[in-house]
Amino acid sequence: MTSADLAIFLPEIVVALGAIIALLGAVYTGKDKLTGALTWGFAAFFLVIAFWIGTGFEGSQTAFGGLLVNDAFARFSKILILAGSAAVLLIGQDFVKKWDMDRFEYPVLVALATLGMMMMVSANDLMALYVSLELQSLALYVIASLRRDSARSTEAGLKYFVLGSMASGLLLYGASLTYGYAGTTQFAGILSMVNADLPLGMLFGMVFMLAGLAFKVSAAPFHMWTPDVYEGAPTPVTAFFATAPKVAAIALFARLCHDAFGGIPSQWGQVIAALAVLSMYVGAIAAIGQKDIKRLMAYSSIAHMGYALIGLAVGTEAGIQAMLVYMAIYVVTNIGTFAFILAMERDGRPFTSLDGFHQFSKAEPLKALVVLVLMFSLAGVPPFIGFFAKYSVLMASVDAGMTWLAILGAVASVIGAYYYLRIVYFMYFGREGEVLETKMSPVQYGLMLASAFIVIAGVVNLFGIEAPALSAAQSLVR
Amino acid sequence: MVTVGLEHYLTVAAALFVIGIFGIFLNRKNVIVILMSIEMILLSVNINLVAFSSHLGDLTGQVFTMFVLTVAAAEAAIGLAILVCFFRNRGTIDVEDVNVMKG
Repeated sequence: MTSADLAIFLPEIVVALGAIIALLGAVYTGKDKLTGALTWGFAAFFLVIAFWIGTGFEGSQTAFGGLLVNDAFARFSKILILAGSAAVLLIGQDFVKKWDMDRFEYPVLVALATLGMMMMVSANDLMALYVSLELQSLALYVIASLRRDSARSTEAGLKYFVLGSMASGLLLYGASLTYGYAGTTQFAGILSMVNADLPLGMLFGMVFMLAGLAFKVSAAPFHMWTPDVYEGAPTPVTAFFATAPKVAAIALFARLCHDAFGGIPSQWGQVIAALAVLSMYVGAIAAIGQKDIKRLMAYSSIAHMGYALIGLAVGTEAGIQAMLVYMAIYVVTNIGTFAFILAMERDGRPFTSLDGFHQFSKAEPLKALVVLVLMFSLAGVPPFIGFFAKYSVLMASVDAGMTWLAILGAVASVIGAYYYLRIVYFMYFGREGEVLETKMSPVQYGLMLASAFIVIAGVVNLFGIEAPALSAAQSLVR
Repeated sequence: MVTVGLEHYLTVAAALFVIGIFGIFLNRKNVIVILMSIEMILLSVNINLVAFSSHLGDLTGQVFTMFVLTVAAAEAAIGLAILVCFFRNRGTIDVEDVNVMKG
């Protein structure tokens, strides 16, 4: 371990120290009174770190004897993760304060989960992969059950814990087989051992690892925890689950497939294509009957993961680029949507049933318009940015000669459009009745408007995100 | 006289792993049993890693085992903590009572 290694991973070390200092400081001083300050502090801190990662590093370096790697792909994902975490902390503030959730552990655990995610996308070794994945998962299990007095929240935490640990077990069993047959845990070493005549044990190991990661990205058929956890967890936590951890998990997925098993894209490509198709259809069809917006967003995220996985399944540079752009757009749109969901209230209680949307446009025309824009974008209706996200992954699959995958994706997006448009229908043409209240703090409102603005204005050039996504993809696919 | 080789260890580990997975899915009694099943999965992985490590003459597997053991301890602590919170709210830890949300 030299100072060069430390310099390469200084941002992670700073985040770790920040979380530890915040935890100790809060325990010995103001405890829960500090929640607001910590939330703002960590949000600003994440943005500074994201800026630092974006500007302070060049090229691709490995550190700690090849355990971790810092390349353009890792940096792109880290910036997205940090910005997503910061935005989620800010939009959740009001909810946290109002519904008696202002425990100082919340921002600290979000910071620790974010640290785990930053290491996940940099993992270059099976050990680093496992430890960072667990750092993220353990923090997420705890924040899912943050409301200790609520049966729903603790049940969500319990379900997430049991299924998440099982997924980690599957992944780990796969990792042990891969280690045994490759003789090394380093991705570079595995890559050099993997070729056309793959030993059966290694194939087994790879499939187990893919299954474990599919749990983490909530791809069907490993999605069963998602709706319950999304519904039961407190809404700010749901917003967090839907953004940063998804980026980290899918980036880790891409990292494992290309860095460790890059020699056999046809082997994992077909597994991931199957996962993608199942996710898109499960997400699109199962969401139709949902009555709760948080459950609906859970199925929506399953469907979106399906599209992102298409980009991975095609195994090309353009595919990875499309996947990264898709995830960036998904995070932005979800932050706007959750900023709205967090504010939903009726009769002085948080209200998440879809009934609340009836005739909402009469009460709040501007907010209804913003929700309309966000829903159209999630559905992939042109000219909003969500359409271009879907278009780029589908084009990548056509270019790679997997036209059938693109056709299945297009059909699924038409089915999926139904439930997004139904919300819009309720808002403008729904039945009369009690109307939703949505009081928001300026920050929350601002972020919601910013998200809607990006969704509309991004049509021009996607804010130039394609070029960094391309260099990220080039650093991964060789 | 049969010598105990790598494949015997791998078979034991695979058996433990499968028992662990089935313990999670077929168990209708009690969440503690699920926690035990998760531990069993992790221990089967440890057997695998140590067997490979000794077979390959490479220490990495044993280092990995140490990490798995540490994380397993943290995981058990968090699982039990969540379970205690759940018990305080519901007064039961039967698997069939984990049903406020359908799915």
